Amino acid sequence: MTARRRAGRPEVVPDVEFSSYYGRPVIKEPVWQAPDVAGYLFFGGLAGASSVLAASSRLSGHRELARVAKVGALGAISLSAAALVHDLGRPARFTSMLRVFKPSSPMSVGSWLLAGYGPVAGAAAVSEVTGILPAAGTAATLGAGLLGPAVATYTAALICDTAVPAWHAGYREMPYVFAGSAASAAGGLGLLATPPGAAEPARRLAVLGAGVELVAKRQLIKRLANPGPVSLSEPYETGRPGAVLRVGEALTACGLAGALLGRRSRALSALSGAALLAASALTRFGIFEAGMASARDPKYTIVPQRQPGPQPSPQDGRL
Amino acid sequence: MGFFTDTSICIGCKACEVACKEWNAVPEDGLSLTGMSYDNTVGLGASTWRHVAFVEQPVQPGDGVRWLMSSDVCKHCTEAACLDVCPTGALFRTEFGTVVVQDDVCNGCGYCVPACPFGVIARREEDGQAHKCTLCYDRLGAGLEPACAKACPTQSIQFGPLDELRERARLRVEDLHAAGQDQARLYLDDPADGIGGGGAFFLLLDEPEVYGLPPDPVVTTRDLPGMWKHVAIAAAGLAGAGVAVALGKRR
Repeated sequence: MTARRRAGRPEVVPDVEFSSYYGRPVIKEPVWQAPDVAGYLFFGGLAGASSVLAASSRLSGHRELARVAKVGALGAISLSAAALVHDLGRPARFTSMLRVFKPSSPMSVGSWLLAGYGPVAGAAAVSEVTGILPAAGTAATLGAGLLGPAVATYTAALICDTAVPAWHAGYREMPYVFAGSAASAAGGLGLLATPPGAAEPARRLAVLGAGVELVAKRQLIKRLANPGPVSLSEPYETGRPGAVLRVGEALTACGLAGALLGRRSRALSALSGAALLAASALTRFGIFEAGMASARDPKYTIVPQRQPGPQPSPQDGRL
Repeated sequence: MGFFTDTSICIGCKACEVACKEWNAVPEDGLSLTGMSYDNTVGLGASTWRHVAFVEQPVQPGDGVRWLMSSDVCKHCTEAACLDVCPTGALFRTEFGTVVVQDDVCNGCGYCVPACPFGVIARREEDGQAHKCTLCYDRLGAGLEPACAKACPTQSIQFGPLDELRERARLRVEDLHAAGQDQARLYLDDPADGIGGGGAFFLLLDEPEVYGLPPDPVVTTRDLPGMWKHVAIAAAGLAGAGVAVALGKRR
């Protein structure tokens, strides 16, 4: 028997009635595990934006902050790569990623990006800590700073280039959410690990990043909000992903305020840095889980395909 | 080469499911009763490359049900998202126009799984790799038809050159319309659709979603240029932010 479902929405819109096969999902849920891949999105962003911060602190003469950012970038990219390999069905074959280069596959582009960025970020950190080859270390710092933005943002294309309804539909805003979230996390790490007097670039990056993250996330949800029977903003606003994203948003706002007000307080700076790091991780986990939720429910796949465009006509009786 | 599955003459015997499992040595993947009519296979997956859907539609009171049966399979899309996003090149297009996974290359990254708009390809727990219908690549190479088409007792599953199959399918729809089956329609037969037309297409007797198929699938990579554009702008913005925080006056 055909499963028919009614989604409870206010009476201003007609109830959605759509057919599905016993309520089963149309697409397959990603096989990616939340700690691995959502963690990968977070650590990749932290690493990439930390390299940006390292390069810019090096240029502006904030040596202590540059040191923190370089070590942070290496640590984060190592965790990120470990999470990625751990999530493979055949981890021993991770080198298959470098068999080909395919611009049509964000994962292929990302693999090559990481293969280039990882060693450069590593060299920058090792030279910084050991003091050997300082000139090469500076070159590596600047090189990692140039590759970092791509490392931090390509993951948006990675998740959006799927049939997962909530991710795919959000592709116009996702890169800005990820860039903002990455900058906010890297700035947060700088605030957490350096005294306020030495952390000015980190504070500025944190404030800028947190602001972009807040605005872009709101924009994403606003554009997906559809007055019709099924809105792809729902997975981002309801259930566990909705709660995770709301907590993340509140933490981002607190971290942003703390970063602005805590210029003279080590404790407040460190606290706001920690809040921004946690908020960035929550943003990635929330977005990850929202996508999973949208893949599980066939209405998010079927109804938008039946009813393209943001303003469905109420007379359309086909649903 | 491809499949035309005419669901109007499917009798739900599941010979295609069995033939596929046997020929391709696809492992057993669960034996349980689902309560979904005669469908205990549930859906396509890493170890289910043909799936017969059963739908019982109540008709006039007292008249019982209308049976819909349909053998589902990988669509071998002309614009195949799984193939586009595969980072290893394990998924490739064969000389027959079909889409096949190379088992010795796939590293189980799982990217093809959410890329497929039909939920066909999946990762097998046992070996951690992605698997799906190969359209019997080995049999085609030997000049044979795929095992499912060979085993189908009603010719609901037909194999052949796509242009011939499309012509045959159009005539069949005309016949069905003339016979009063006005719900008969072709699905994925149009090369101008969102996947460039299916290498496997179907004659359905109701809306695609009734059979668990997406009504208007579009290959996800069609939007990828736009995604890369926004990624590039966001990355440039992040780099610009780096420069800006360095330039700001020291406090």
